[in-house]
Amino acid sequence: MKIGVIVFPGSNCDRDMYHVLTDVFKLDAEYFWHDKGLPKNIDAVILPGGFSYGDRLRSGAIAAHSPIIKDVKKMAEKGIPILGVCNGFQILVEAGLLPGALLKNTSLNFMCKWTSLIVENNKTPFTNKLKLHQKIPIPIANGEGRYYVDDETLKKLKKKNQIVFRYSEVVNGSSDRIAGVCNEDGNVVGMMPHPERAAESEINPIDNKPSSLIFESLLTTIGVKN
Amino acid sequence: MSLEPQELDDLTSKIGRKPTSTELQIVAAEWSEHCSYKSSKKHLKMLPMKGPLVISEKGYDSGVLDVGDGYVITAHIESHNHPSAVEPYGGAATGVGGVIRDILSAGTRPIAIFDGLRFGDIEKDLQARWLFKNAVTGIADYGNCLGIPTIGGEVEFDECYSNYALVDVAAIGFGKKKNLIKNYAKKGDLVVLLGGSTGRDGIGGSQFASDSLESENRSAVQIPDPFIEKLIIEAILEARNQNLIHAMKDLGGGGLSCAVSETADALSIGIEMDVDKVHTRESDMNPDEIMVSESQERMLIVTDNAKLKKLQEICKKFRITCSVIGHVTSNNMMHVKKGKKTCANLPTDVVANATLLDRPSKKPAYLENIEKEKKLKPILDYSKMMMKFISSPNIASKIWVYGQYDHEVGIRTVVKPGMDSSVLRLDNGKFLAAKIDGNPKHCYVNPREGAIGCFEEACRNVVCTGAKPIGMLDHLQFGNPENPEIFWTFLESLKGLTDFAKYFEIPCIGGKVSLYNETPSGPIKPTPIIGILGLIDKTPLYSQKITTGDCLVIIGDTKNEMGGSEYFEYIHKFVGGKCPVVNFQESKTNMNIVLDLIRKDLLKTVHDCSKGGLAVAVSEICMTHQIGCAVSLEKVPGPKLDVDRILFSESHSRYLLVLEKKNLKKLEDILKTSKASYKMIGEFGGENIRFNKENKQVIDLRVDKAQKTWSNSLRELVVHG
Repeated sequence: MKIGVIVFPGSNCDRDMYHVLTDVFKLDAEYFWHDKGLPKNIDAVILPGGFSYGDRLRSGAIAAHSPIIKDVKKMAEKGIPILGVCNGFQILVEAGLLPGALLKNTSLNFMCKWTSLIVENNKTPFTNKLKLHQKIPIPIANGEGRYYVDDETLKKLKKKNQIVFRYSEVVNGSSDRIAGVCNEDGNVVGMMPHPERAAESEINPIDNKPSSLIFESLLTTIGVKN
Repeated sequence: MSLEPQELDDLTSKIGRKPTSTELQIVAAEWSEHCSYKSSKKHLKMLPMKGPLVISEKGYDSGVLDVGDGYVITAHIESHNHPSAVEPYGGAATGVGGVIRDILSAGTRPIAIFDGLRFGDIEKDLQARWLFKNAVTGIADYGNCLGIPTIGGEVEFDECYSNYALVDVAAIGFGKKKNLIKNYAKKGDLVVLLGGSTGRDGIGGSQFASDSLESENRSAVQIPDPFIEKLIIEAILEARNQNLIHAMKDLGGGGLSCAVSETADALSIGIEMDVDKVHTRESDMNPDEIMVSESQERMLIVTDNAKLKKLQEICKKFRITCSVIGHVTSNNMMHVKKGKKTCANLPTDVVANATLLDRPSKKPAYLENIEKEKKLKPILDYSKMMMKFISSPNIASKIWVYGQYDHEVGIRTVVKPGMDSSVLRLDNGKFLAAKIDGNPKHCYVNPREGAIGCFEEACRNVVCTGAKPIGMLDHLQFGNPENPEIFWTFLESLKGLTDFAKYFEIPCIGGKVSLYNETPSGPIKPTPIIGILGLIDKTPLYSQKITTGDCLVIIGDTKNEMGGSEYFEYIHKFVGGKCPVVNFQESKTNMNIVLDLIRKDLLKTVHDCSKGGLAVAVSEICMTHQIGCAVSLEKVPGPKLDVDRILFSESHSRYLLVLEKKNLKKLEDILKTSKASYKMIGEFGGENIRFNKENKQVIDLRVDKAQKTWSNSLRELVVHG
């Protein structure tokens, strides 16, 4: 089993994600530069946070057209677990793999703060070890993190159980306090907060276990597969 | 933008002919105060720069400290005052970019940014508010995009910065000792310019910064592009891993002129270069402009022919341009050509070493009567005054600022901003605490003692996390050095810092001098900024939840030292009085005992006592932990003082310790054997912050109300006015 961590020009959470996957959870991970394809033997893909292409045009808009995204789309269709965090989420949305859009926070500022999430769907490859409505203390760090969907799509998201995480408080003006969503099949998940910044006790001032379960869920998912 | 007549004579006699126009531009940039330190260099030598952990090599733009197990940290501090005063967003952002490249040029990965910001009175002055807001956004946008956490700093407002801004930026790097760039070059090596294109922005920036700010010269301000900087960082670290870099320097003040001449001078080589080989943003730039442009995100690299191909491949991967602009010669000349035509041909030591000056100094007249106090209006309601005080811009929480900075990226930040100092984890299991501090109000009243106070305060802040200070960065910011009174304040501050550094054996590992900081209404107050790096071998003090019954103990005497205090200046609008003085022996005793108590695991949290005095420090603990506290002011150690002086004196060397009652005896047993003065002065619990004196209530605030005011007032002021 192997996890691909995709690196775009301007990604800056790739090394943090890699550290947590390999050093903390002892998973086999490998970086893949955006301009090539992904090998066939990849069991999961993670798009880390950062400022791909310096957020030019719109956050995630340029990276969504990188050559590697073609392979990501193929893998998404095959049901392989794919997680986009922060800018990775923005890229998945721009690539059309996830619904909605990410707008400027209502504060109009970049916001870096600790908040907490509520698990709304624990059937995805990244949440299956979490309890429904479990709280996850976690930090956000973004300027364009306000998730937006129109009412109709929101209804659909609710119906198909595509809302994965909600904020426990009003953080940035997201529709229905949504912090993370998945595709209809549930294998592609995007979230604005950073689980890789919350999975170790040393850097999590509150409780690192819930965020750890996001990675342990993945471990279980791809472990079972092998 | 030119040399003084006497400097022109000097140059002419040194090279034995009339300089060309390009030569004049090159020398004017390099001999500017900003690049040459001609006023300060002679005196800066007094600072101790050596120490057991200091690694000094030629040509480093940042200080290097050995933190054990084969790892090093690097650190540097810079300012971008003039540009930020004109164009705060770009000025502050490019300030971050510049200091990051200094860290990178040693071959280390930048892991943290700090910012010290100073503006006019934002309560009244709308321009100051605009400068503040945009400088913060500039730093946030740049640092966040790079993925380097901005984990600490300070913000201060004072009328002396009206129509001006001080934007100081420090950065820390981390890496393996064996990966440090060695900085060597041999004849025939290639000189490569890597990164952003050279344009007409920032032309003459260093001379602009070496004059009083009289006109808004926007073209002297550089344009930031953090995306390119991020690509450069990754490309250079990849090139470093493949050993492709012989020597490296970032392009900062003075652009190519300074980078080329300083590299050649430091390595005792010559460099021949062709301006036509420089990749430019515009096609019709002349050699003079190319040589002094301060366009950002550029690095100068010395490599050889065999390694060039690999370097080019890395640049191709990151889609950044790299141009071979010249080669290394053995004649110690800086030879600048345009095609075949020579534009400049100067001995590198002449360019890189301006004639140093002996500026006259004289004690300023204003200091004669400054210690005299005037009679103050009595405070009728201290609780009411206190609410006003904690919502004042200098005392209020700076969460509006650091909340815009990604302070978590890199996942090293184990103690977050908002505490005395942030702490980073290092790869060898150790921890690094760092803090920058300044105090122009104290320094104005007493330049020497004020500067020492900044030094001690920064030390106290890292000590509060359990870290031992191992290195210091200084940034000395003053007005026009040609004024003997200003130069005197510079010298006094420097002497004070030197004495403290020597006594505590804390080496100065880097610094910067910024002069000509003049506003339309006169010079700024003396503003030395001190950055302290502290190392923790085992584990930092993670602040624990304070619960009812926990004890508050103070270490250190509270003295009648009100000069330059926030209380005098903000509440009474009075500038003057006797500034707090650090007693070196007392300072050392207190520092060591606090570190010992933290190591013995007796404390829940430690907070230093500084701006706003005891009243503010205790309130900050209560507001952060959302718990009340009752303090008995008559128990506070020190000479007998009036109640306002006990509350608001800013005496140094004081620490507030919070501990469980059951540890109190153990703590007192240890403190008894030391020379430190201490006392248990309060107990936590309830919902109010209370200060009493002999059972008479002086202050009574609801914690929740105070906390709300303290946390929100800065944002309210900036966003809604």
